[in-house]
Amino acid sequence: MSALLEVHDLSVDIPLRHGRLHAVRGVSLRVEAGEAIGVVGESGSGKTIMLRALLGLLPQPARIIGGSILLDGVEVTGMPAGRRHAALTEAVSMVFQDSLTALNPVMRVGEQIAEVPRHRLGMSRTAAHARAVELMDSVGIPEPERRYRAYPHELSGGMRQRIGIAIALSTQPRLILADEPTTALDVTIQAQVLDVLDTLRGEQQLGLVLVSHDLAVISQTCSRIYVMYAGRVVESGGAWALLGHPRHPYTYALLQSVPDPDAPVHRLLTIPGQPPDLTALPTGCPFAPRCAFAKTACTQEDPPLVPVTVTGEAAQLSACLRWDTAAHWPQWSEPSETDEPKLGATS
Amino acid sequence: MTAVAFPGRTVEVATARRPHRHVNIPLIAGLTLLLLIVLAAICAPLLTHWDPIHQDLLHAREAPGSPGHLLGTDQLGRDVLSRLLYGARIDLRVGVLAVLSPFVIGTLLGLVSGWFGGWLDTLIMRIVDVVVAFPFFVLVIALVFALGAGTSSIYLAITMVGWVAYCRIVRGAVLVAKEQEYALAARASGLPTWRILFRHLLPNVVLQAIVYSMSDIVLTILAIVTLGYLGLGVPPPTPDWGSMIEDGQQFLLTQWYLATIPGIAVVITGFALALIADGLVEQFGRR
Repeated sequence: MSALLEVHDLSVDIPLRHGRLHAVRGVSLRVEAGEAIGVVGESGSGKTIMLRALLGLLPQPARIIGGSILLDGVEVTGMPAGRRHAALTEAVSMVFQDSLTALNPVMRVGEQIAEVPRHRLGMSRTAAHARAVELMDSVGIPEPERRYRAYPHELSGGMRQRIGIAIALSTQPRLILADEPTTALDVTIQAQVLDVLDTLRGEQQLGLVLVSHDLAVISQTCSRIYVMYAGRVVESGGAWALLGHPRHPYTYALLQSVPDPDAPVHRLLTIPGQPPDLTALPTGCPFAPRCAFAKTACTQEDPPLVPVTVTGEAAQLSACLRWDTAAHWPQWSEPSETDEPKLGATS
Repeated sequence: MTAVAFPGRTVEVATARRPHRHVNIPLIAGLTLLLLIVLAAICAPLLTHWDPIHQDLLHAREAPGSPGHLLGTDQLGRDVLSRLLYGARIDLRVGVLAVLSPFVIGTLLGLVSGWFGGWLDTLIMRIVDVVVAFPFFVLVIALVFALGAGTSSIYLAITMVGWVAYCRIVRGAVLVAKEQEYALAARASGLPTWRILFRHLLPNVVLQAIVYSMSDIVLTILAIVTLGYLGLGVPPPTPDWGSMIEDGQQFLLTQWYLATIPGIAVVITGFALALIADGLVEQFGRR
């Protein structure tokens, strides 16, 4: 049986005046129905561009230059633009980061939810209204009848994000792409919104792609994780295996930089340096210049994604030449002095 | 400001922000002033018993305040007040109508141009560039001259020149709005393009065009007045402020009020519209 969404070797370039920016470089991923996967990476790692490529909503002048997107095993990349757009929008919905800008400021929120049922699914006015109220109820909005008539700026951030999810659900999708859906919310509301997404995933067998830079958010919700760096996947695998035994120094460094409230001495570890310039990538591993464990071999060729361990159900892949030394990396629960110069500590 | 929802139970903390209800002075003042002008124009027959084109050469060029003529009479003995009031009917009507069609055409083309981009955008924008390359008045005067004097040529000429401003304003706003997440969300939900354009984008970009249209009405009235002054406007003897100023200017040294009174009328109308534009921005501008 084919997966709900399969992406093979997707590459997106953005032609700029001073060269081509390789925003996404050969990303492959897979989502099954009812499964939540997480995509982690820092700003500029290509997460958002990849999501927008999946929906065919790339900003000008970005182009998909290679790879394929398969929906239920059906290739959509080769379809003519109109049919591809129809196929994608029918099956896939998106939840955006900033719920204030993701809602039309001059339209009542209920009308925005009822719009697709009314105008694309061909429901009557009353049926679409009822559907919108039902959706608002299902994402945990109290008094949906009354809130139907509210404008976006009259609702709180958490309520707005629920509206955003209700709009995403209104197309009756099988896959939801969520781009940093909780970043603009405070922590208690984050948990509620994640809970809503997770419940819906379970109830309706929705596929969920959760993009975030927040490992805590991802680890709460997702069963598999893809770590992106400089436009490619550098490590992927089952959530617990990957977080417990990272086999790529970038994942390792990300985990290091999560503040540990139990640590006796609170030190915030950061990854030194900047992500590479995607218009002029260095030869070799793009993380090598920032990596604490890089050797000369790392600067020679970009390492391929290779299976490293099979822990439990999902194979763990890492794009690191030196993944097998991971066992000797300083444990992240006890930051030692040795890694300080490279995985530097800033007070 | 947050609503905290516990499972099954809701503790609600004022979610609806109270709409700020402060008094919008410019808008109210502008609307009142414009309403007064429009009322005066509509009620012209009630406010004066003079026929605006009735000549009385025996009582020509009488000073304001002379018996029966509150604002005096012009060089042909026509009552200035009644000409002013009936002139307002013509000038306001032409001004509003001559702004309406460029508004609609420019907004639609700007919407399409900004949304679709590509060759269509290039084509429309090149046409805009060509029109903009000529000074507004020069082009309007040349067009009216070519089309022949009269109100219909004025409409046509001002439409042909005026739409470019709306097109540029709306296109710029669309370019910003279409990268907003709500526009992406509308595209992602697979709504038909016309619906995204008219239901989602138009209401968000049209305000800037409306605000501009207020000052555009002033500009248009000014253009009509100018055309009237050049003898290309509303044909005589129909009263309009432009031809009144033109007729009056030769008596500027002796009967200065003949040209000044209609001039003041233009200024007051422009002031009212400018106030409305300011008030609209204050009312609906960025939240």
